[in-house]
Amino acid sequence: MTAPLLESSGLHLRFGAVRALDGVAIDIWPGEVVAIVGESGSGKSTLLRVLAGQIDADAGSVLYRDTDGVTQDIPALSEAGRRSLMRSEWGFVHQNARDGLRMGISAGGNIGERLMSAGGRHYGRIRAEAADWMARVEMDPDRIDETPRNFSGGMQQRLQIARCLVTQPRLVFMDEPTGGLDVSVQAKLLDLIRGLVAKLGLAVLFVTHDIAAARLLAHRIVVMRHGRIVEEGLADRVLDDPQHEYTQLLVASVLAA
Amino acid sequence: MSAVLKVEELAKGFTLHLQGGLGFQVLRDEQLVVNAGECVALTGPSGAGKSTLMRCLQGNYGADSGRIMLAHRGGMVDLAAADARLVREIRRETLGYVSQFLRVIPRVSARDVVAEPLLARGMAPDEAEARATALLTRLNLPPRLHGLPPATFSGGEQQRVNLARGFAPDYPILLLDEPTASLDAANRDVVIGLIHEAKSRGAALVGIFHDIEVRDRVADRTHEILALEEAA
Repeated sequence: MTAPLLESSGLHLRFGAVRALDGVAIDIWPGEVVAIVGESGSGKSTLLRVLAGQIDADAGSVLYRDTDGVTQDIPALSEAGRRSLMRSEWGFVHQNARDGLRMGISAGGNIGERLMSAGGRHYGRIRAEAADWMARVEMDPDRIDETPRNFSGGMQQRLQIARCLVTQPRLVFMDEPTGGLDVSVQAKLLDLIRGLVAKLGLAVLFVTHDIAAARLLAHRIVVMRHGRIVEEGLADRVLDDPQHEYTQLLVASVLAA
Repeated sequence: MSAVLKVEELAKGFTLHLQGGLGFQVLRDEQLVVNAGECVALTGPSGAGKSTLMRCLQGNYGADSGRIMLAHRGGMVDLAAADARLVREIRRETLGYVSQFLRVIPRVSARDVVAEPLLARGMAPDEAEARATALLTRLNLPPRLHGLPPATFSGGEQQRVNLARGFAPDYPILLLDEPTASLDAANRDVVIGLIHEAKSRGAALVGIFHDIEVRDRVADRTHEILALEEAA
């Protein structure tokens, strides 16, 4: 824990007249779970995609320190270099499972494909590992040959998480991982993510508008508004002792169950 | 005796932006020294700021100014100036907190709630589970409840889970917010026993105890928080 995994600063990005990112700086340390919260249009998903190398900012730096201790300059990295990172050291969980899965191939194939692209070759071992990961995300391994089309939304999301984690990434990006699911399914999924993240010691950067999810999962919370970070810090302090007017509004707007 | 917790010139106020920027000061120039092996009870009228001080000491509230010096990893660190990662490290290794109410996490059993801080400190899973079970048993939580998530437990049962979690790791500094509020006499005695044991192994404790009898039996001295005048 001597250096951040990901360091970024001075990020600016305009979409026409809209400042999606207006001078954002953020670091993520090994094993740290960071939630980016804010309303729609705050720039939180844009920030996630810029950090993950999916879109380029107009200005600013994003540096990633890889397993070998080499610092990778993400905006300067080739498309192939970014894909290689995404196959091995990174994972990305999309809000919509269909964006992260291949709907035409089996559940086992979805998990195994990622293992194969990371170098796995032994069919029996890949299948066994796929079945093991289905069990770890609380899916019935007997359904390994079914395609994701047969699965409910919550199951598709769990399959996407298994596909993402099977290669044991160091840094996982998640965009509203529980968005669009039933509340009871959300709670289960959040708990599953919480358990896996703690067990695997993953660094996670996730975007959510769900304050309760941020409290449950995150060590640190970053509050965004109009493309800027208005407040950030220890998760429970940001929620229990919010300083910025906007954070106070966000926290006050949560319905207590 | 050595001071393991030193609060120096601590100030804490709140600005309520949603109430037109209404501001009020709760703590000003607060000073407190707690030595190893000592239990200090916070006293003062309701609303004077006892809980606010406790939350500052835990890092849950940020300090406006002043220092909260803690003995951590062989040196003194200022919790008031610590970043999020350092606060987490201090909470994992040095600073325990028993809140008044358990924050229930869905699907996590009582035993796992108690074992979690032990696992975070690197204890082997079976050892952590055994220690969790032993503490829950000592606090008279029926064994059939150990494997269940505390969401449906009574207030007193939840508080005992919370107490077991707080006392499990032998923290050098332990904060107790009304630790006996919902307990019967037998369990109150168990908690008093746990506090005495913590003191004799050299822990420093700071607590809010509305139960005068408990306070008299565990506290070496009191520290009074006085209500500040309404500030503009």
